[in-house]
Amino acid sequence: MLEVNLCGVKMRNPTMLAAGILGMTASSLNRVYHHGAGAVVTKSFSLKPNIGYKNPTIVEVPYGLINAMGLSNPGVESFKDELDKIEDKIPLVASIYGSSPEEFVKVALEIQDLVDMIELNISCPHAMKGYGATIGQNPELTFKVIKAVKSNCKVPVAAKLTPNVTDIKEIALKAEEAGCDALTLINSIGPAMKIDLKTGRPILSNKFGGLSGPAIKPIAIRCVYEAYNTVDVPIIGVGGISDYKDVVEFLYAGASAVQIGSAIFHHGIGIFKRVCEDLKFFMKKEGFKSIDEMIGLAHE
Amino acid sequence: MHIPKVLEIKKIIRESDDVKTFIFPWKGRFPSPGQFMMVWNFKDEKPMSVSLIDRTNNEIGISIKKVGPFTSRVHRLKVGDQLGLRGPYGRGFTIEGDRILAIGGGIGMAPIAAMVEEARERDFEVDVIVAAKTYDELLFMDRLKRTGAKIFTCTDDGTCGFKGLATDRLKSVRGFYDMAVVCGPELMMKGIFKILEERDIPGQFSLERYMKCAMGLCGQCCLDDTGWRVCVEGPVFWGYELKMVKEFGEYKRDAAGAIRPL
Repeated sequence: MLEVNLCGVKMRNPTMLAAGILGMTASSLNRVYHHGAGAVVTKSFSLKPNIGYKNPTIVEVPYGLINAMGLSNPGVESFKDELDKIEDKIPLVASIYGSSPEEFVKVALEIQDLVDMIELNISCPHAMKGYGATIGQNPELTFKVIKAVKSNCKVPVAAKLTPNVTDIKEIALKAEEAGCDALTLINSIGPAMKIDLKTGRPILSNKFGGLSGPAIKPIAIRCVYEAYNTVDVPIIGVGGISDYKDVVEFLYAGASAVQIGSAIFHHGIGIFKRVCEDLKFFMKKEGFKSIDEMIGLAHE
Repeated sequence: MHIPKVLEIKKIIRESDDVKTFIFPWKGRFPSPGQFMMVWNFKDEKPMSVSLIDRTNNEIGISIKKVGPFTSRVHRLKVGDQLGLRGPYGRGFTIEGDRILAIGGGIGMAPIAAMVEEARERDFEVDVIVAAKTYDELLFMDRLKRTGAKIFTCTDDGTCGFKGLATDRLKSVRGFYDMAVVCGPELMMKGIFKILEERDIPGQFSLERYMKCAMGLCGQCCLDDTGWRVCVEGPVFWGYELKMVKEFGEYKRDAAGAIRPL
């Protein structure tokens, strides 16, 4: 009933672990799958190792979290060992980043045999200059990166887009034109900031970070809704999901699958199983027989 | 809200040449022994064990050993200076058993001291093995003596009487124990783990890993192969759990997530 086929990748349910959360090691990704996720997305990794920003890298605000991890990762060489240790049956998405089309292609070629799908992080709002949202806020750069990866790779490619643009439809269209197989909407919002009142200092060492959690869900829903009207490729909805109702809302807006991240903090890793069980109950009650029947209902 | 609480240092206790305990006024939920706090010095933020939990005077203490730039900077702070504290985080020690053996090596004594005090207050029988390099580095001896716990010391150079490692000291202590709590360098803990296994004593071990969020999200401190997060499922793990942790006593990961042998 909950099964989903996303660009040819068969998932037992529409919930995926979002990039950047618990995705540093094979052990952790295996564990999240065994706690119910339909698919897992790795932490974004790059050609070279990166230690990321100094702590504090996260701070809680009402209805959300602001984080600036700084894309820390051990580099593609080490990451390949982790990808190799992820159980074969697990639908696996590698999130990768770089600063140029060539860099993205190099990373993608290194790992495409080990994964089911690649997600391009062109949307991190706290990345170093030239990375992350610097690419995803520029339609031409977005096009070039996706095009380059698509012309060199055989696995499906999803582009993770940033909501921090004037018109999400323009970028979504450009991404589709470049040949991407799916869109992931949205990365965290921002950059955002939190200042300590006692000392007057910004709390995050990077000062600015990406806002995630329930606070951003309405924006994510709108982005998915607008993109669904604009492109034909499937959309993976992400941003502030913490229960089955949020999942249903994303499906109605036009998402074919969803990702969950920050909510693990409040609800634990068991959230995937719980959301799926509640979702199944809801579908039975409402008379839905498959996830497909629910996608885009808000548009009718 | 998980946000650093900026507090003035109320007292500083010099425990040894390179260990100081920083005491803060504390309101709200008290940590339990074995839990940790994220300590923010406005330049960086690191996980540190809580070494003193004083519900009478509403204070908590964090003991910090000078080992690098962060800890050196903290060591230069004076009473009245500020630090940010976020937490408490993680799973601490479970205090149970008819007779508990607490074992701490070096700065690993920090959570052990808090644990022994709480266990003794609740009238548990506790013996403590305090291990250090040399006599002057045996930590929290006065506090431990005041609890009435029986104390066994050992040092690498024999300046306290017993010359040897914590594992050697453990072998010399032959009493009946039905629970052990352990914190210290991981290779020491690995040795202790083996002896406790042989003697069939259930043990709880406090692990240390590179941490970023401390909120169970970033995945930096996940253990192989179980995927347990040291910041949430730990830092204290039972011996039977550590049997499933392949990296225990073998390796840890650095800030980038790359594997580094111990």
